Amino acid sequence: MKKSEDSESHTISVLVDNEPGVLARVIGLFSGRGYNIDSLTVTETEHEAHLSRITVVTAATPMVIEQIKAQLARLVPVHSVIDLTVSGPSIERELALIKVGGKGERRVETLRLADAFRARVIDATTESFVFEITGRTNKIDQFISLMEPLGLVEVARTGVAAITRGPGGLTPE
Amino acid sequence: MAREMTGAEMVLQALADQGVTDVFGYPGGAVLPIYDEIFQQEKVSHVLVRHEQGAVHAAEGYARSTGKVGVVLVTSGPGATNAVTGLTDALMDSIPIVCITGQVPTHLIGNDAFQECDTVGITRPCTKHNYLVRDVEDLARVLHEAFYVAANGRPGPVVVDIPKDVQFATGTYNGTPNVRHKTYRPKLKGDQAAIRETVELLANARKPIIYSGGGVINSGPSASRLLRDLVKATGYPITSTLMGLGAYPASGDKWLGMLGMHGTYEANMAMHDCDVMLCVGARFDDRITGRLDAFSPNSKKIHIDIDASSINKNVHVDIPIIGDCAHVLEDMVRIWKARSVQPDKAAMEAWWGQIAEWRKRESLSYKSNDDVIMPQYAIERLYQLTRDRDVYISTEVGQHQMWAAQHFHFEEPNRWMTSGGLGTMGYGLPAAIGIQRAHPDALVIDIAGEASILMNMQEMSTAVQHRLPVKIFILNNEYMGMVRQWQQLLHGNRLSESYMESLPDFVKLAEAYGAVGLRTEKPSELDDAIKEMISVDRPVIFDCRVNKLANCYPMIPSGKAHNEMLLGDEPEVEEVSEAGKILV
Repeated sequence: MKKSEDSESHTISVLVDNEPGVLARVIGLFSGRGYNIDSLTVTETEHEAHLSRITVVTAATPMVIEQIKAQLARLVPVHSVIDLTVSGPSIERELALIKVGGKGERRVETLRLADAFRARVIDATTESFVFEITGRTNKIDQFISLMEPLGLVEVARTGVAAITRGPGGLTPE
Repeated sequence: MAREMTGAEMVLQALADQGVTDVFGYPGGAVLPIYDEIFQQEKVSHVLVRHEQGAVHAAEGYARSTGKVGVVLVTSGPGATNAVTGLTDALMDSIPIVCITGQVPTHLIGNDAFQECDTVGITRPCTKHNYLVRDVEDLARVLHEAFYVAANGRPGPVVVDIPKDVQFATGTYNGTPNVRHKTYRPKLKGDQAAIRETVELLANARKPIIYSGGGVINSGPSASRLLRDLVKATGYPITSTLMGLGAYPASGDKWLGMLGMHGTYEANMAMHDCDVMLCVGARFDDRITGRLDAFSPNSKKIHIDIDASSINKNVHVDIPIIGDCAHVLEDMVRIWKARSVQPDKAAMEAWWGQIAEWRKRESLSYKSNDDVIMPQYAIERLYQLTRDRDVYISTEVGQHQMWAAQHFHFEEPNRWMTSGGLGTMGYGLPAAIGIQRAHPDALVIDIAGEASILMNMQEMSTAVQHRLPVKIFILNNEYMGMVRQWQQLLHGNRLSESYMESLPDFVKLAEAYGAVGLRTEKPSELDDAIKEMISVDRPVIFDCRVNKLANCYPMIPSGKAHNEMLLGDEPEVEEVSEAGKILV
């Protein structure tokens, strides 16, 4: 779908029953109705209660964002839907593993920048590093763009996980 | 009371416990254990269709004419894929269906086994919900849950896919559980503050209109009664979508006729000019709104819908009320009646005066003809000659469907079954079969076109086998009329592939099926032929030869607004815009 002028990015958390096909339902909803998925993370969060949490980052006009939330909420295995972008203060984090190759002076510069971004070295050879970095999406984007001229080899990212600040939580309705 | 039984027995037990008396289906390898159980019991009877699409449409007709859940039973692979059109139709029109599909045994799933398909994958986007039952211990719960999900909230089709080994396996059946679904609990009551605000808005309106839809029918007979109460209490004009016909009686003096692409001039003009619009159980479909940015530009809009995702989807509304139509209307009528102030009398007189002016256009009129049967005339006569009977109408899709909506008038809900959302040609005959099964003594007529009827013609055999005396009234113009109409309007009159070549002789075809065939070509013979059709206590195919080039008016062409309607008596259309051409 074409992003229009007044398109805004929203982070939406969806609490679902961890049953077969539930992720396909959510993804099918987005593709079938032409909504964007900028990032998607999903895993079981409460084993006993059989609950999974899906975090979707999507961009659309405010009217379509409301549609997306209503469409998600009416899926049968969905417990609750929360728009973290508008529901009050929240925290978003993403983890990335970033491989950078290179020799000599470039390795020193690479390590110095990694230190500034608090990226940890989790694998090293004489001609490569693998960094682990967590943070907001734009911080990771920035780190990756700095690594590009220094010998960026590849990137693996988890997508965004997000949660509200304060004592309240997203519970099954 | 818990009992041990096989999965196949559970299916029949659950159906019986849900009060199901009729199932529409077609056997095959992966459902043989269930068919074996059908053979050995008497509570649930089975209607054997000739194609699985027909089974779903029959169940839709059954469901829509009774308010009950329609039940379908088909085999794996092609059985399931053939059902997909029907399931999509039921999803679009919010019809409660439980469709049980057989599946290859669990150990073969994913192996490309004979007649295997990914049924839950294929049907996920065309059902309200679906299940693959891998363990017989889950089967009873899933079956009862399927009925709950299909019937509650905004109704829709639910598929339960049961592998053959699960049908043979033994498990515990716990009776009908007290269903309180862990996630799906739709809200029935509307927000009271919003309803009070609505009543104030309505009471102060100077040019109000009520626009109702299929949601009122789905909500049950009490919703239609309350809608009538509201119209009576307010004295406001009412129009309806194709899906909502019958909720308010067509003989009512507040009735403006159907709105939308082929709606009446007065209904569409009133929608365009109103200052307060109350939408009850309709969804601002593109066939209703016409050009969106010119849709009712000066009105405050209130939208009652049980499905929150229908609110603000196409049209921004001022007051959304999420809830069941009957519940919300009940509160609305009560609050209205408790309010002592009545609407502005002078404003109402002016508004009704304006409506009377629009009505004078007689937008449904057509040129009568003594030599050739006009299709509108055929529907009018059919209506006049059947109106005192217990009559149910289904349709196929196309010009005949719109003429039926315009010229056959409905006094009660659940009497009009048509494929509105998906627009499925081939819907009407199997739907009529389902309706006749539910109402054995009623007069059930499928108003058809000669093109649509051929799409599920094989179901004639079903009607004959089960002695279901449905009447198929074909408006035969030897064209896919609506396709031709659009080609005339939008494609320079190049009638690409819309002429029906090599049509069967419908009278002989009826006889070949063991039914009765009738044909009429002259207006003077029409009445007698219709009377003969009614008097025959067997399925009838009525080949009504009509004017070949008549088109369906009034019409809002694509990309035009409500106040830019084409009326039948006007010369041909000006050029439709490029933006309009790409619309469907």
